Amino acid sequence: MNVKKRLLDGARMNRAIRRMAIEVVEKNRGLDDLMIVGIRSRGVPIGERMTAEIEQMEGHPVPFGILDITLYRDDLTTIAPNPVVKPTKFPEPINDKVIVLVDDVLYTGRTVRAALDALIDFGRPKRVMLAVLIDRGHRELPIHADVIGKTVPTDAEEVIKVKLAETDGEDEVLIMEK
Amino acid sequence: MRASSTSLRSKDLLGIETLIPEEIALILDTAEGFKEVSERHVKKVPALRGQLVINLFMEASTRTRVSFEIAEKRLSADTLNFSSSGSSVEKGETLIDTADNLVAMQPNMIVMRHKHPGSARMLAERYPNISIINGGDGSHEHPTQALLDAFTMRERLGRLNGVNVTIVGDIKYSRVVRSNIHLLTKMNANVTLAAPPTLMPVEIDKLGVRVVHSLDEAIEGADVVMMLRIQLERQGKLSFPSLREYYNTFGLTRERLRRAKKGVLVMHPGPMNRGVEIASDVADDPNYSVILEQVTNGVAVRMAVLYLLGGAHSTES
Repeated sequence: MNVKKRLLDGARMNRAIRRMAIEVVEKNRGLDDLMIVGIRSRGVPIGERMTAEIEQMEGHPVPFGILDITLYRDDLTTIAPNPVVKPTKFPEPINDKVIVLVDDVLYTGRTVRAALDALIDFGRPKRVMLAVLIDRGHRELPIHADVIGKTVPTDAEEVIKVKLAETDGEDEVLIMEK
Repeated sequence: MRASSTSLRSKDLLGIETLIPEEIALILDTAEGFKEVSERHVKKVPALRGQLVINLFMEASTRTRVSFEIAEKRLSADTLNFSSSGSSVEKGETLIDTADNLVAMQPNMIVMRHKHPGSARMLAERYPNISIINGGDGSHEHPTQALLDAFTMRERLGRLNGVNVTIVGDIKYSRVVRSNIHLLTKMNANVTLAAPPTLMPVEIDKLGVRVVHSLDEAIEGADVVMMLRIQLERQGKLSFPSLREYYNTFGLTRERLRRAKKGVLVMHPGPMNRGVEIASDVADDPNYSVILEQVTNGVAVRMAVLYLLGGAHSTES
């Protein structure tokens, strides 16, 4: 696969994540009942960075959880090998919280559908918001993001590759072509 | 054949002997993810929705059958329990005929226990589109028991590599010990077996284990002491003078446990014969005994096995 374009470098990614953190606080009008929840795997480091930004901005701790959606995927019986299952962790019950789901790329919306189902099995949040670093379009379900780092029109043949220092050794977002 | 690190190579789990270390590690890692599901308020995930799992138990079982059934239900599979008593097996129907009829109702997986070694393999070869999980075949193997034992050791001790595991008792008739020897030696643990000579199969040391005939010697320096049930139902006649004498020479007591390492884990696959292979106060002492943790972990390990076998390939093929 060839690199077609570099969408974000490390500095621009950091700025995007910082702005996403500010927007989350703005839209929630503060930190009341807020919990950031990263979707495994790359939603986790992005969510952690947003949480750190909010804590630094507001000088107040914000709970952070990790959601594994593997067992809720709608393609589980058709894909092989089976995706690896890892634990879901919340620092406190999610009942009556404002949950901000965080993921790297919003594409078909199927991951978010699975995440919503998984979340509801743990309780009844007051509200669920969605924050994504990249929105690349091509939705297959009626799902939209509340907070977006960068919107990128793409072709279906293109692949968005998000690299993060925590998982891939460096920060950048690339558009790849098959 | 699929990649070894994220999937199992076979459609079935018939024993530990045919697994490679990467597959064992995959099952144990996956079980960690599933342990969390059992701690939730809503203990259910939709992973195996619409799949039918038949629990075909032709031999008595409490823990294994109940544990599999709970694991299946927590994965949203439909489950059906079949036991030989009260069925046409009592009218003389053969295992093959019984299995053919159950398979005609299109299950995705069969968990099977039978008194004959190799019975699970026979079904696995007969039904290419159905995953067979061995829940114990005679004195051959009981893979999910060894996996839950290893999960418990790894969770408590942080590793399997280099751990000293002493297994005591009915080595000859135990399928649990056979699966455990295969698993522990593949994962580089040190296995010591102790039993009266009449319950120790000849040449078992060829499996890479140390064999001793004194309990004290076996316990010296152990990280884990696993006691096995004396399987009176398989022995025909007693392999030692009396149960009391067995307890005096091979029963695990608090006194004898002092020779083990500090923080030693006492394990037992159940059901226990209290006062035969293990003293009641040892079995119930929370400082040593992880016997009930083994049971809790058994559900997570079986969920992992069902998940790893129940994914794509059973509908693909």
